[in-house]
Amino acid sequence: MAENSKSAEATVLNTKILKKLKGAFQAFDTKSDNTVDIKEIGTIFYSLGFFPTQADLQKFTSEVEDERSGYIHWDRFLPAMTKVLLEDKFPPIADELLLQAFEVLDIEKRGYLKPEELTNYMTKEGEPFTQEEMDEMLTAFTDEEKKHIYYKDVIPHLTLERKM
Amino acid sequence: LFCSTTSRGSSMKAAVLIQRWYRRYMARLEMRRRYTWNIFQSIEYAGEQDQLQLSSFFTFMLDNFTQLNGNGPDLISQLLDPVVDPWLDRETCYNLIHVPESYTGPRLSFPLSVADTNALLSAFKDQQTLHARYVLQLLYETKKLLKQMPNIVHLSTSYYKEITICGDLHGRLDDLLLIFYKNGLPSAETPYVFNGDFVDRGKKSVEVVILLFAFLLLYPDYMHLNRGNHEDHIMNLRYGFTKEVMQKYKTHGREILQLFQDVFSLLPIATVIDGKILIVHGGISDQTDLDFLSSIERHKVSGINQLWPPGVRKNNFLHIHRQLSSFFVLVNTFICFTLEQIVDILWSDPKIQDGCSPNTFRGGGCYFGPDVTQRLLLQHGLQLLIRSHECKQEGYEFCHNGKVITIFSASNYYEEGSNRGAYVKLGRELVPRFYQYQVSRTTRKLTLTQRVRAAEGSALRALKEKLFSFYICTRLASGRVSVCEWALVLESVLRLDLPWRTLRPHLARLAPDGSLEYQSCFEDMGPGIPLPQVTPNLAETLFRYRTDIEIIFNIIDKDHSGLISIEEFRQTWRLFSAHLGVAIDDSAIDDLARSIDFNKDGSIDFTEFLEAFRVVHKLDSKDQQLHEKMDGEKRTG
Repeated sequence: MAENSKSAEATVLNTKILKKLKGAFQAFDTKSDNTVDIKEIGTIFYSLGFFPTQADLQKFTSEVEDERSGYIHWDRFLPAMTKVLLEDKFPPIADELLLQAFEVLDIEKRGYLKPEELTNYMTKEGEPFTQEEMDEMLTAFTDEEKKHIYYKDVIPHLTLERKM
Repeated sequence: LFCSTTSRGSSMKAAVLIQRWYRRYMARLEMRRRYTWNIFQSIEYAGEQDQLQLSSFFTFMLDNFTQLNGNGPDLISQLLDPVVDPWLDRETCYNLIHVPESYTGPRLSFPLSVADTNALLSAFKDQQTLHARYVLQLLYETKKLLKQMPNIVHLSTSYYKEITICGDLHGRLDDLLLIFYKNGLPSAETPYVFNGDFVDRGKKSVEVVILLFAFLLLYPDYMHLNRGNHEDHIMNLRYGFTKEVMQKYKTHGREILQLFQDVFSLLPIATVIDGKILIVHGGISDQTDLDFLSSIERHKVSGINQLWPPGVRKNNFLHIHRQLSSFFVLVNTFICFTLEQIVDILWSDPKIQDGCSPNTFRGGGCYFGPDVTQRLLLQHGLQLLIRSHECKQEGYEFCHNGKVITIFSASNYYEEGSNRGAYVKLGRELVPRFYQYQVSRTTRKLTLTQRVRAAEGSALRALKEKLFSFYICTRLASGRVSVCEWALVLESVLRLDLPWRTLRPHLARLAPDGSLEYQSCFEDMGPGIPLPQVTPNLAETLFRYRTDIEIIFNIIDKDHSGLISIEEFRQTWRLFSAHLGVAIDDSAIDDLARSIDFNKDGSIDFTEFLEAFRVVHKLDSKDQQLHEKMDGEKRTG
């Protein structure tokens, strides 16, 4: 009995989630043949609300890629993603922590970071940004006049849950 | 999280966290960009599908004209503007056209010289229009030149250092000028191949194509043009080139369009470089036979009104070439095969899996797989296929293991910032090198966020417009419908393969009970339009044929004045009802004609035309009354 209700619950979960996964997958299925480029896996993960690290992504990709073709087929994607969901492998990070993170980097507690400082952190620490990622971030978030990054203003942009 | 033993450790953790959040933010942005892109592409392809469906209507008309009473045959020949063989010389009295003293634009002298092409370039940069007399003369000379060319043009790099190949331009003058600026004007040192789709969609198709033809006349050895699927008078009726010509050339527009029709059908369909690289506009199919293509008379395919729906090979083109009617069976098969071959070259798209299937997305040509490419290349000793026809975000894309390149030269095709344009250069070693660019109206660098937001807004607006015209033709009784029903109806009628439920929040509001408020979709679209009384079935059919109706109207409206006569209207209505399989008697048509509010000289404009198709249907008005009666009973009962 318990077995049945568990699997029934799993089925219900899957139908709703299935649609979501399918939607995310199809957005990148440009040839309409149920495959997506492996380069897009990160984007798909993030859009579904997960927070994998680059290492997590690499591991996932290597497990589901179609014999090094550069593509992932829906048939392999779905079970792997379902596992990720059920095991809650890449849980979301609370946005309050984001503010704390910026404050840690803002050693003098000025309320802002200078572009050079942010660049230093983002390109040298953790999972470093590429030059392109850094440029885009600076263009988007540097205050035009003062040339500083006021992180308290930036955070709402990063965390905004816009439905699309 | 950040109470680490070392400050170094905590700053690293902080960095990682910020990086992950930022990557997530960028990913979501990319997601939105994708959705937007899908919207644009779906709308574009659905439009082209409609186009090819129209051709089946024409075929139907051809098959059945004998069944119509009255002036049936004359109307048909009128409607189809049929094949005056482009090989024959139309009467072009361009030298009788007077160019006034006040005209300050370029005065071309033939044969053209560099001074003439320079004059054209400056004039077009200054927003000037070339006088009709010179347009006609230019087209006439171009036609003479093209007649001498083979279907497949063979080039050799032993004569040039590098050849530049450009893709779709679609009337984007800025992109063409940018290419000339970056890469140089066409010359012995800088030969070009332009791979089709010079016109339609963009606002400067006339200028683009005039420049291309002028350089063709100036340097026939260094300038090469392939035909695209938009070098077709039926496509031009729909996608803007015809309108642009008529707007810029009010007096001589029709003549100019006739000549364009001839010139387009005389454009070569393929170019081969060093016997190794094949350049065509769309692609290939598993039936493509280059030797056969070299031998046919390409000018006989004037436009896609000679097509039939994909997957159905009809043998009924008797009416198209009357002089061939005595060799009916044999020749018909031959013509069918010829048309198919050309359509495949101009309309096909590559796909990832092996095989060759009908291109249902476009409604014509095929999807061809890597095995088809491989086979063709091997068969003819080729090593690469370069094609265009599809917009790519980076302006170019490889596929089929590097054996196929798509090159697309209209940047910002869907919207400002949607994509780059590109051209490819080939030297003697035949290794492709790509050059990308993007025309920008603003000098300030836009962030990805700004670009995505702009593109998104544009896509949603385009989608709403589609929904709006759909809405005009249909109306659901209560104005409320479940989200499911809404999505189903949109999918089946609009035939746009989009995630409707996901898009719903941007398109329509939900009522408190969870159903969809149909009208909320159009609140920002202007004053309310009075809704006609039609039942869903007819309405759906009408919507499906709405663009057909528009094109038919444009065809009947010979002088493109925006008006047609009552008699012409009557004939068309009869034809259309026959096509829809709806029985309607003459008195009903006459009643209709009388009840439409037309002006004193007995002409009908397009709005009235559409109104006629929408409003009258004996059966439907009865049904409607019945429904309303039943609804009334439900409410009170």
